[in-house]
Amino acid sequence: MTMSRAQPKYPLILERGALFCPAGGFYIDPLRVVDRAIVTHGHSDHCRPGHGKVLATAATLAIARARYGERAFGAAQALAYGERLKIGDATVMLAPAGHVLGSAQVVVEVDGVRAVVSGDYKRTADPTCQPFEAIRCDLFITEATFAIPVFRHPPVEDEIARLLASVQAFPERAHAISVYPLGKCQRLIAELGRSGWGGPIVLHSGLVKLTELYQQLGVTLPEWRAAAAGKWDAAARDSLRGAIVLAPGSALSDKWARRLPDPVMCGASGWMTVRQRAKQSGVELPLIISDHADWDAICATIRETEAEMVWITHGAEEALAHWCQTQGVQAAPLSIAGRSDAEPG
Amino acid sequence: MKRFADLLTTLIFAPGRNEKLRRLQRYFAQTPDPDRGWALAAFAGEISLPSATPAMLRALVEARVDPVLFRYSYDYVGDLAETVALIWPSSSCCEPKDAPRLRDVIDKLLTLSRTNAPPILADLLDHMPPDQRLALVKLTTGGLRVGVSARIAKTALSEWAASRAVNAPLERIEELWHGLEPPYEPLFAWLSGAAPEPDVDLATSFRPMMLANAIDGALYGADELRADQIAAPETIVRLQQRLDPAEFAAEWKWDGVRVQAISVNGVRRLFSRSGDDIAAAFPDLVDALEFEGVLDGELLVVRDGVVAPFAEVQKRLGRKKAGPKLLRESPAFLRAYDLLRAGSHDMRGEPFRVRREALEMFVQGADGGRIDVSPLIAFDSWAELATLRADATTDKEGVMLKRWDGVYVGGRPMGQWWKWKRDPLTADCVLLYAQRGHGGRSSYFSDYTFGVWRRAADGTRELAPVGKAYSGFTDQELTRLDQWVRANTVERYGPVRAVKPALVVEVAFDSIQPSPRRKAGVAMRFPRFKRIRWDKPAQEADQIEQLKALIGARPEQGA
Repeated sequence: MTMSRAQPKYPLILERGALFCPAGGFYIDPLRVVDRAIVTHGHSDHCRPGHGKVLATAATLAIARARYGERAFGAAQALAYGERLKIGDATVMLAPAGHVLGSAQVVVEVDGVRAVVSGDYKRTADPTCQPFEAIRCDLFITEATFAIPVFRHPPVEDEIARLLASVQAFPERAHAISVYPLGKCQRLIAELGRSGWGGPIVLHSGLVKLTELYQQLGVTLPEWRAAAAGKWDAAARDSLRGAIVLAPGSALSDKWARRLPDPVMCGASGWMTVRQRAKQSGVELPLIISDHADWDAICATIRETEAEMVWITHGAEEALAHWCQTQGVQAAPLSIAGRSDAEPG
Repeated sequence: MKRFADLLTTLIFAPGRNEKLRRLQRYFAQTPDPDRGWALAAFAGEISLPSATPAMLRALVEARVDPVLFRYSYDYVGDLAETVALIWPSSSCCEPKDAPRLRDVIDKLLTLSRTNAPPILADLLDHMPPDQRLALVKLTTGGLRVGVSARIAKTALSEWAASRAVNAPLERIEELWHGLEPPYEPLFAWLSGAAPEPDVDLATSFRPMMLANAIDGALYGADELRADQIAAPETIVRLQQRLDPAEFAAEWKWDGVRVQAISVNGVRRLFSRSGDDIAAAFPDLVDALEFEGVLDGELLVVRDGVVAPFAEVQKRLGRKKAGPKLLRESPAFLRAYDLLRAGSHDMRGEPFRVRREALEMFVQGADGGRIDVSPLIAFDSWAELATLRADATTDKEGVMLKRWDGVYVGGRPMGQWWKWKRDPLTADCVLLYAQRGHGGRSSYFSDYTFGVWRRAADGTRELAPVGKAYSGFTDQELTRLDQWVRANTVERYGPVRAVKPALVVEVAFDSIQPSPRRKAGVAMRFPRFKRIRWDKPAQEADQIEQLKALIGARPEQGA
C-alpha cells in the first residue's frame, strides 16, 4: 500500500517496521528503542526496555519493571482503561484486550478519524484479566496469529476437563504443562481453581515472580507452590505424583524435566489444534488453550468494529485479507518487524 | 463415536508401544459390542469403503467453505482429513447426547454408494465435533495412521484377555483371525471369558509362524552382549561345548520377505510374517501356487535364476497392485523351506526331518519356474559350518540352524531354530548432528547423524553424512553422549544440534549400498553404534572410499 507522509488518511502509519502516529509523535509496540512508545502488553515481542517515555496500563508497567528492572524506561506513565489523553494533535485511549493482565488496545484519534490497534487479544473469558471491548473505528489493526479457519478454540472448561481426566487416569505420574511465564501460567492456575481441582499446583521457579505479581495486582489465584530448588530426593520427586506442574517450555524440553516422576508432557496453546504439529512438539496431551482470538472471534471482531479498513499483522495475513474482501472490507497485510508465529499462542 | 475419537487422539500422542497397548486395552475393556469390534476392524484395516474418496470429501467441504480459505487451510495443515475435520462448519446440533454411536456410523458407511455417499457423509459430519469428524474421515478414507498395526491391536487383545484370566496367546488370535468377521463378537466373548473359543475353519487361515532366536543370545550372557565380546572363534568354541551339530540342519538365511503360501480347497493366500494377506501384490506368485497345502518360505525376486536385490522385493511389497511392467521386470519367486500342510494333512506336529523330506517331494510336483526348495548345507562340525558361513558368496544374511526333531510351533520357541547372522560391517565415523529423542528419551540427544571424510571439490577434506543411528549404546553411555553433545554444540536448528566434529563412533551395519540421492553417495542398512571411541582423534576416522569398497564386499542380494 502507499501512504503519503504528508497527508495520511489514518492516524497511524508504518515507520521503519513499526506503527507510528505522526500527529502524536509516538510508536506503538516498537521493537527498537524510541523516544516515545505506547505498549499494549508485557510480552517481550511487544514490550522492549530502553524507550525514553512509555505509556501503558499500570499493570503492564508493573510487569515490565518486574521483567526488566526499575530502570526499564526513561519515564513511564500509566493510563487507565477508558481514560483519554492528548498527545500532540492525537487523542489516545486504552481499552481492555483480554489477552493477559494489563493488556490493552490502543485507540488513536486524529481529526475525527479513529484507529484501533488490537495488540494481542482474545474474546473468551479469562479470570485473570478484563474482557476485550470492541470499539468502533475507521481503521482496525488486528493481530492474526490464528487467522485460518481451522483454528476454532474449544471452551477452556472442556480442555481443563481433559487435563483432569488424564490426571485421574495416571495418578502416579506428574502432568507437566509447558507455559509462557506471563499470562498462560496464571490463567491456567486460575482455571484450575475454577474447575474445583484440589490437588497440588507446582510452579517452576521461573514462573514464581510474575505469578506473585499477578496476586499483588489483585488477581485471585488458588493455592500453588514453587518447585523445590536444588537437588531433589526421592520424597521430593514422589510428592509430584498426581500433581500439575507448570514450567517454561525451555525447562520441560531440557534436563529439568528428568526430575519429574514419569511426566505426561502437556502443551497449552492454540497451536495444539493441529495434531501432527502438536505431535512434533513432543507433547503427549495437547490442550487447546489460547490467549489469542480464533478465526471466528477475529471475524466477529472485525464486524463489530465496523472498520472500513483492516490492517493485518503477525500471523496468517492472506486468509484473513481474503475474507475481509469477501465482506466488502478493505484489508492489507502489514509487515511489522520482529513478529512471527514462533510466539506462544 | 466419542470414545473411538478419544482413543484415536490418545493413540496419536501416546509416546510408545506400551502406552498404546495400555490405552487399547482400556478401550476394549470399557467399550461395548459391537463398537469395540468395529474399532478393531478399523485398526486391522478390515473396513473398506471404496465409494468414499478424498476428492469427494474435498468437494463436500468446498460446497460449504470458501475454496480459497480451504486452500490456505489445507496448505497450512498439510493433511486433507485433518483440514476437513477442522474447517467443517460446526452446527448448533452438536449436543453430546445426539452424537452418533460408532456402530450407527459404520452401519451408514457400509451402505455408501457413489451417489448417496456425499449427503450421508455431510449429515454425519454435521452432527459431530472436530475430533469425531477426524475419526470419521479417517474411517471413511481408510488408514487411521495412529501408529497401531493390526498386530499391536491383537497384542492388546491378548493382554486384555490375560488380565481376565483367559489364555489367548497372540498366535492363537492370529490363527483364528482370518476365520472371523467384524465386529468379532464371538472373539470378544471368548477374550472376556464369557464364551469358549470361537469355532472356525482354520484350513485356509494364517498359521502363526515359527521364528528363530539369535545364536548369540544362546551363547553369550547379557553383559557380554552389551560389551560386544562376540567373536567368531569364541562362538565356535561355545557352539562346540553346547550344541551337537548332528542334531541340527543348516540352511542359508535369505534376504527376502518371509511368507506363508496357502493353497487349500481352491483358496489361495499369501501371508506376511505379521499375518497380513499380501496376495494382491504378488498375483504372479499366487498363480503359481499349483498345489494343495501350505508352504513356509522366503519371497524373493528372481530373474533368470539370479536373485535380485532386496529393494526390488520391497518395491513390489509397496504396491497394492502390481502393474504389468513391474510383474515382467521383477517376477516374484518362492524359496520354500518348510511344509505346514500337505493335502489335507497338517504337518506341523511332525519333526523337521519328516517335514523336510516331504517338502522336497512336494515342491518337485509344483511349478518349477516360481518355486524351489532352499538347499540344506551339509556340515559335520561347527568349525566347518563357520567356514562355509564366512566363505559363502557373501550374498546371504547368514545361516539358519533347525533342530531335526523339532515340531513346528508358532512364535519364537527357545532352543529350536537359531539364526547365525553374518558379522556386521563396521566403520569409524565422526558424530555430526544430534537430535532429541522421543518419549522417555525426549530430554536426551539420542538420535545421531554421523559422517566420514571425503575429498571436496577444492581438494580439502570434509565430512559427509552417511547415516543415522539411535541404538547400540547403554543408558550410561547415552548420559555421557548427551553431556558431550551439550558441551560441544556449535549450532542449533530446532531440535537438532550440530556438534564439533570431534567424537569418533564405530558404527556397525548389515550392508551398504549406492544411494545417488544422498550427498555421500551411499546408504547403510540398519546402522547402530558398536563402540564409542572417546580416545580416537576425528582425523583418523574412515574415508568415504573405504565405505564404498564395502559395497562390493556385500552386495544386497539374497542368493
